[in-house]
Amino acid sequence: MLLTPRHIKASGGKPPEADKDHDKKAKGGELYGHYAANRRVLDKSAKYFVQKRKTSNDAGLSKAQLLELYRLLFETRRLEEHLVALYRQTQVVGGVYRSLGQEATAVGCAYGMRDGDYLQPLIRDLGATLTHGVMPLAMLRQYMAKATGPSGGRDLNTHFSDPNVGILGPVSMLGAMVPVLAGCLLASRFKKEDKAGLVFIGDGGSSTGAFYEGLNFAAVQKLPLVVVIESNHYAYSTPTTTQVPDGNLVRRAYGFGVDVSHVDGNDVLACYEATKLARERGLAGEGPTVIVSETYRRKGHAEHDNQAYVEDNEIEAWAKDNDPLDRYIEFLVKGKYTSKKALEKIRTEVEAELDAARDQAVAEEQPDAQTHLQAVFDDGNTPWPHYETWWRGGPTHREGS
Amino acid sequence: MPEITFLEAVNSALKEEMHADERVFLIGEDIGAYGGAFKVTGGMLDEFGPERIIDTPIAEAAVIGAAAGAAMCGMRPVAELQFIDFISCGGFDQLVTVAAKSRFRNGVPCPLVVRGPAGGGGRGGPFHSACPEMWFVSTPGIKVVFPATAYDAKGLLKSAIRDPDPVLFLEHKFLYRRIKDEVPNEDYVVPLGQALERRAGDEMTIITYGAMVHTSLEAAEELSKNGHSVRVIDLRTLVPLDEDTIVKAAIETSKVMIVHEDTRRGGLAGEIAAVINENAFDYLDGPILRVTAPDTPVPYAPSLEDAFLPQVSDIVTKANELLQY
Ligand SMILES: Cc1ncc(C[n+]2csc(CCOP(=O)(O)OP(=O)(O)O)c2C)c(N)n1
Ligand SMILES: [Mg+2]
Repeated sequence: MLLTPRHIKASGGKPPEADKDHDKKAKGGELYGHYAANRRVLDKSAKYFVQKRKTSNDAGLSKAQLLELYRLLFETRRLEEHLVALYRQTQVVGGVYRSLGQEATAVGCAYGMRDGDYLQPLIRDLGATLTHGVMPLAMLRQYMAKATGPSGGRDLNTHFSDPNVGILGPVSMLGAMVPVLAGCLLASRFKKEDKAGLVFIGDGGSSTGAFYEGLNFAAVQKLPLVVVIESNHYAYSTPTTTQVPDGNLVRRAYGFGVDVSHVDGNDVLACYEATKLARERGLAGEGPTVIVSETYRRKGHAEHDNQAYVEDNEIEAWAKDNDPLDRYIEFLVKGKYTSKKALEKIRTEVEAELDAARDQAVAEEQPDAQTHLQAVFDDGNTPWPHYETWWRGGPTHREGS
Repeated sequence: MPEITFLEAVNSALKEEMHADERVFLIGEDIGAYGGAFKVTGGMLDEFGPERIIDTPIAEAAVIGAAAGAAMCGMRPVAELQFIDFISCGGFDQLVTVAAKSRFRNGVPCPLVVRGPAGGGGRGGPFHSACPEMWFVSTPGIKVVFPATAYDAKGLLKSAIRDPDPVLFLEHKFLYRRIKDEVPNEDYVVPLGQALERRAGDEMTIITYGAMVHTSLEAAEELSKNGHSVRVIDLRTLVPLDEDTIVKAAIETSKVMIVHEDTRRGGLAGEIAAVINENAFDYLDGPILRVTAPDTPVPYAPSLEDAFLPQVSDIVTKANELLQY
């Protein structure tokens, strides 16, 4: 694997090393935060996992939950592949932004939250959106600007919201949603609701002023905000070393005076576990946690980007050695949590569901042009479908559901 | 009815709305123990506690962003900017990107109020004297209010807080302690989107808002000494704009002049002139004229700032020009 100086140490197709003495150090107060060390559950050989963990898994997930996670990971990847196909058929309005290779972060982190919590995904967090409870059909409609999409064809991809189901779609202005999520949690505090918030941001987006202001405000107010920095090596074409000295997002995160968790972002269980703990801390009144997730964007910024700026072999190495789905399957099978056959069954089911959703969405209409002046202000018009048409609810086996 | 200052009117609107609706809270810099840079929120920390009077870091993106998030999740936040000039910092994005577009793009109402001291005359120089209204007048999805009296400040702020959409509420800092008028003790509102005829007249109309209402009224009084009958219209709300009252005045007086403290190019006067052209062109007996600040930043020295701000004499001179037609 080629390690170029512009990449941070932990990268290069290898997950960051787990710190074996982490718990001891944390107890002794050596670590600034509770989860300062690298968090990793999965191992290619499932060895670390087996040695360290007595119970079925440290994350404490049941078999049904482990399989549910697999279903979500697979669904995310396949749904994106459908979107790419539709894009090539010019059915998609605008671009397709892939999360290939980083699905574990979106899915795992969202799985660590609960029904009713607030989620702010970014374009590359389709997996988090599905995990929190949005139907794949809704995403297909969104990408094709259908009237039936959650935004009624008024905004793109993951850009749709309904606080009633905890979905706060992003605006394109990176960083802007961090203070907004803090505000949602302020509202929850007023209403005495037990809600936490999960906000995703890229390595690039974490350089914005709004990100700083929002996180700092949440920290001062001790709001239960979980901030996941998806450190996927690139912001469009810009490497992380251009965002922050040495590309060290972990060090920067400590500057906020919050707890920092450094996770192997291609390890779905590590992402899940880190988020679950961060959520619990937040709700215990200990404030926000930043989870820096080490992952890798295997596709270009969007489908149009040919990635000419990427070193030779880099993408291939990540695909070969560190694919989040491959790693998870290996863990599930080697750890005897399931059989290859059971996984195959899940895949078949998901494929059928996605095929049907695609056919349905393709056949639907764009919004009626007559509605374009509606609802700038409250004028009694509601040109967006009710969430019941796009919300399937959180995963059946997710904790708290 | 008791007479109270513009500032007291804002303060009492905030207090009354907080008592009436537990969803209302305030968020901003130095608004708690200190009571705000201009003391608009004086005494409110004691009355409502730090949960509802939230002091923030110096972070306008956080102030307005958190207010927007809370508004989207069912609260009625009122965000204070220490000086409205700081809207150019991160809060601008929160207002025009997050708040203004939330309903249209997602069907999520964002009923927040952003309020703060605006305007010149206080010798504040280029960074503490702004009239930022046009940045927001040209942003679909935000209502813009700029009151001129204590009565209106209170009634309009109550409307703004109860409104289901984002409202930018501009308080002219020169008026805070200089303007005093009768304000009822009972609850009342002044609806958004309704201009008010401050002075009757049939020879010409001055359309204005904010502190320039007072300057224009003085000018109209002076013109009346020469026998001229000048109508003065206070817009009070810039979005929604009361086009009916504007067009009616153009039709009835046939001569219209627009006065604003904001700078000239792209100022509201141009928009009002267009509305009149489209709806009352045949009735006009002369050009639509404007008296505005020139296209420069607000200067600091009193000699410079006085030259920058429209004065009574500027309005009288221009009105006499128009009355020639
Ligand atoms: C404030 C802001 N500036 C610029 C852009 C344009 N832009 C969209 S995505 C992107 C790259 C984002 O990179 P990163 O935050 O690392 O997220 P990733 O795409 O890697 O998930 C840029 C520059 C934007 N959306 N917002
Ligand atoms: Mg990135």
